[in-house]
Amino acid sequence: MTHLEVLSAGALTTVQDRGRRGLAHLGVPRAGPLDRPAAELANRLVGNRPDAALLEVTLGGFAARASRGLWVAVTGADRAHAHAQWLAAGTTLEIGTPAAGVRSYLAVAGGFSVDPVLGSRATDTLAWVGPPRVADGTVLPVGPAAGEPRPLDTPRPPAPGPLRLFAGPHPGFFDDDALERLCAAAYVVRPESNRVGLRLDGPAVPRIGPAELPSEGMVLGAVQVPPDGQPVVLLADRPPTGGYPVVAVVHPDDLWQCAQLRPGEPVRFAPFRAA
Amino acid sequence: MRRKSARGSQHTVHVPDTPVTLTRVGAASLRAEVADVRRALALAGWARAARVAATDVVPGARTVLFEGVADLASLEDLLTSWPGDDSAVEPGPLVEVPVVFDGPDLDDVADRWATDAAGVAARLADTDLLSAFCGFAPGFAYLSGLPAELAVPRLGTPRPEVPAGSVAVADRWCGIYPTASPGGWRLLGRTTATLWDPASDRPALLAPGTRVRLVPA
Repeated sequence: MTHLEVLSAGALTTVQDRGRRGLAHLGVPRAGPLDRPAAELANRLVGNRPDAALLEVTLGGFAARASRGLWVAVTGADRAHAHAQWLAAGTTLEIGTPAAGVRSYLAVAGGFSVDPVLGSRATDTLAWVGPPRVADGTVLPVGPAAGEPRPLDTPRPPAPGPLRLFAGPHPGFFDDDALERLCAAAYVVRPESNRVGLRLDGPAVPRIGPAELPSEGMVLGAVQVPPDGQPVVLLADRPPTGGYPVVAVVHPDDLWQCAQLRPGEPVRFAPFRAA
Repeated sequence: MRRKSARGSQHTVHVPDTPVTLTRVGAASLRAEVADVRRALALAGWARAARVAATDVVPGARTVLFEGVADLASLEDLLTSWPGDDSAVEPGPLVEVPVVFDGPDLDDVADRWATDAAGVAARLADTDLLSAFCGFAPGFAYLSGLPAELAVPRLGTPRPEVPAGSVAVADRWCGIYPTASPGGWRLLGRTTATLWDPASDRPALLAPGTRVRLVPA
């Protein structure tokens, strides 16, 4: 069987697939790649099914070599010119520190065939459900290739822009103009941001009513407002239920940007208007 | 007749004389608000039995969130036909959890409950608890059933590490930490029961709907 040996895992490298579905009611985060279009592109380039397991590499610093030659693709941070490439046996593949963005995706033809946990190969970093975190020296088994690589499949990556917002489900907790004020304000990404949430720094979102709501299910992209008023966009590893009110919800097509924004970078919001 | 309110892109449906208020959340989720925790659990069970087309059905303290819904209008129609009583749902399995009552907050809670340590254990053992929903950590169930007069506040400062199996109370909830984690609930005791086993077909011992008895070990 083909293996990929990780020589250097960098700051944080995890195995991801489409995520763990249908278990949120047991308190299990869904997980999955933060930049879904980039992960899907990487899988397409090497001929994988969209749900094949790949690696999410945070801020580069990654090196690996394969026991046999295989097709690989790296997408995500530094997104330009993603393509499938042949990695010869014993050759080292490196993902350096990206000039822009945060998360890179490494897909190998056949996908990583690590043992699934509760039906998924995605690693959740909140409770660490899923395959163990990838470390220096981790040896990852590679499954049989399912299709031909498609080196010419290079669709335009989605263009960055403001994060488009739906109104949130808790209007009683905010002033009527909260959404407009959110969209008019400038926020920057805080360094504590991670796979659980994109934490922002900027004008506090004023809240009215009680400090907490009775715990309830939280959707991907919910913009939660804790007591300090600084919004948090909930991402793939969010806890499935929470008790802070949600002022808005980010459109799913814009969530990939939350994977690639660096601490200190600006974030703008805009109201979503259906076409 | 339906009353719809438009507030920005807010889309809320409340049918007068029905027990549920529906709000669309983002592109493909629906939030159903009901009167209380038992009805939230009942609605989630009813919707599952009706095989709703949703990726996840997540009960909360007063809501059910339906995530990954392709056809929101059809789900809204279905949910407004929910009869709204909590008697139509089959009672869940009964799980007895053996507990050693020796937690660091036992005496404090005994004071608040105007009893002693043995009194806390007896009172809990006498309470029919119901797993209402999970959250905080995989397999962490919010157990309802404590009367209002036994509500206790969370700790002012959470403990950085609470051992797995710790039996705790906060507000009107009782809970058991499935894995070691930080935690702000008041610790009454511990159990050796396995609350969370990701290798199992039923990974959470206390899935929503489970009836729970704490039995002094």
